[in-house]
Amino acid sequence: MRAPERFNRKNEQKRKIMTGFTSLRGKAAPLDQANIDTDQIIPKQFLTGVTRAGYGKHLFHDWRYLDLHEQEPNPDFALNKDQHKGAKVLLARENFGCGSSREHAPWALADFGFECIIATSYADIFYGNCINNQLLPITLLSAEMDALFAAVNEDPSVEFHIDLESQSVVVGSLSFTFDIAEHHKQNMLKGLDAIGQTLEYDTSISQFEAARPQWL
Amino acid sequence: MAQTLYDKVFNAHIVEQLGEDTLLYIDRHLIHEVTSPQAFAGLNEKGRKVRRPDLTFGTMDHSISTRSLALDACGPQNKLQLQTLAINCEQHNIELYPVGHKNQGIVHVIGPQLGLIQPGMTVVCGDSHTATHGAFGALAFGIGTSQVEHVLATQTLKQSKAKSMKVEVSGSLPLGVTAKDIILAIIGEIGHAGATGHVIEYCGQAISELSMEERMTICNMSIEAGAKAGLIAPDNKTVDYLQGREFAPKGAQFDEARQYWESLYSDDNAEFDAVVVLQAKDIEPQITWGTNPGQVVGVNQAIPSPDDFDDPIEKESAIKALKYMGLEAGQTWDDVKVSHVFIGSCTNSRIEDLRAAATVAAKGKVKSDITAIVVPGSVEVKQQAEEEKLDKVFIDAGFEWRLPGCSMCLGMNDDILQPGDRCASTSNRNFEGRQGRGARTHLVSPEMAVAAAIQGNFTDSRKFEA
Repeated sequence: MRAPERFNRKNEQKRKIMTGFTSLRGKAAPLDQANIDTDQIIPKQFLTGVTRAGYGKHLFHDWRYLDLHEQEPNPDFALNKDQHKGAKVLLARENFGCGSSREHAPWALADFGFECIIATSYADIFYGNCINNQLLPITLLSAEMDALFAAVNEDPSVEFHIDLESQSVVVGSLSFTFDIAEHHKQNMLKGLDAIGQTLEYDTSISQFEAARPQWL
Repeated sequence: MAQTLYDKVFNAHIVEQLGEDTLLYIDRHLIHEVTSPQAFAGLNEKGRKVRRPDLTFGTMDHSISTRSLALDACGPQNKLQLQTLAINCEQHNIELYPVGHKNQGIVHVIGPQLGLIQPGMTVVCGDSHTATHGAFGALAFGIGTSQVEHVLATQTLKQSKAKSMKVEVSGSLPLGVTAKDIILAIIGEIGHAGATGHVIEYCGQAISELSMEERMTICNMSIEAGAKAGLIAPDNKTVDYLQGREFAPKGAQFDEARQYWESLYSDDNAEFDAVVVLQAKDIEPQITWGTNPGQVVGVNQAIPSPDDFDDPIEKESAIKALKYMGLEAGQTWDDVKVSHVFIGSCTNSRIEDLRAAATVAAKGKVKSDITAIVVPGSVEVKQQAEEEKLDKVFIDAGFEWRLPGCSMCLGMNDDILQPGDRCASTSNRNFEGRQGRGARTHLVSPEMAVAAAIQGNFTDSRKFEA
């Protein structure tokens, strides 16, 4: 008997956070556009949930569907094209994830099946939200992005090999390295419980609190 | 070493230095219904408690109706989210201002109004417009839900130090030009992602001359330039604003606090990673023409052509934006008709905004084919406006006078637009679909929004203010 979908998803999320992100191999889907905001990634009408699950089906709703009820996929939208189905990597351009702080955006991307984004730059809050959800945000130079888009346009099935330890993206004959702050890298690799880590500084926090002025 | 205001506030909150990361203490945590339920669920799953419920304050603002106080007025999903907030606050002993409470309102309106936000504080909220509170010289920034959970459990956040940017607005602002026009002009100048990775400090004569509420409008849209936060050094106006507010320090403690507040400014020789200077006299009423807030021009400028942009990405964005917005290069603003007018949001829903809007509304009537709504930022703003009979001015002019909330800024309730609708909006984001799928948003000041309602098309509001 199949377990309810929600149950599976929850288990999967837990497993992922325990194991962390080390490397991945898979296809990439191209979204060749700058300034993709979080309203576009997951529009407001889907923010009324009280859990972290189930946002993937509404990912890029306005672009992905021709109708409000998500019955008519837009055949021109990259994620709807057969050759990009099952992609684990999303390619985008500068200022990806700008606007609203909604963490529903990385939840939707991860729930849809993406494990990694490669873009020219990110908005700050979105970047942090990705790290906290084990969705690896890789930043590459504009010319490197051009090469990756060209590779996917030429052969949509081309395999991306991403390795966090060596900070590398290898696609066919292309090979790039990327920067990531060491603490973000460690959090991604180990999938640590950030709150649990901070609670180890409980004494320091208490000392800080004791010294705060009364009027605060 | 000379320090910036950002350095001073940041340094005063370091609990531990953890390599490149700093564990930063958080003085105020504001929460609302949309970005908190998963954080509380996370706490409850692990059996963790809220460390400082006394520093945490909740309100209902995003998912509520502006026509009814009933929690289910916008459907069962919204009701469940609102009830979840109420249950979480009750279980964890957090003060909540639910719909109907005298302190209820948009989270970034009520925080300052209650005196909860004071100079030198660190303030967070699961909402990108938390930057608003930087108007007090508080380091205030938006966070994701995982971070909301982290702050609830530990009252701290791990943060890397951002870069600093000084934005100076020299000289006095021309008559009839507003704080909204300043911030839109700044975003137009530096771009939609121009301050990514930076904390902006706004300064200069034009900023000093602004009221506290106008400063909130400026800092509010820091995120629209990509900034982590926006700051304005506290001065006498800040101190006067705080005096006597519900949660502001009282008596001798106020004097003690004031002494500290007076130390909060950037030292003369402090170095910034970036400096931008604008002349206030060059700023005119602004209107966004595109689908990000950096795509903005003055009301007397024509709508630009993609050919005006050298950068290929900006050129491409302009082509796409003009298509979505149904505009043509070279069109003048008096040629652009609106179907809707929205006055509200955490950017422009405070009493001074409503007074300014009412001054223009008194000069005419909303065109019969335009739907125009005024949504006060909080119960207190609404009551104050009604005492001043501003509601009558709006209603007489043909506006609808609504209950407080975020409303049509993002349309999580039923205040949404239809495809092709064109809205003059005092809110902060003109993204595709922000106010409704296929709807077109133009960001403007309250005066400009009312002028569009009266005229039927965009027009320089200054002609109604003479």
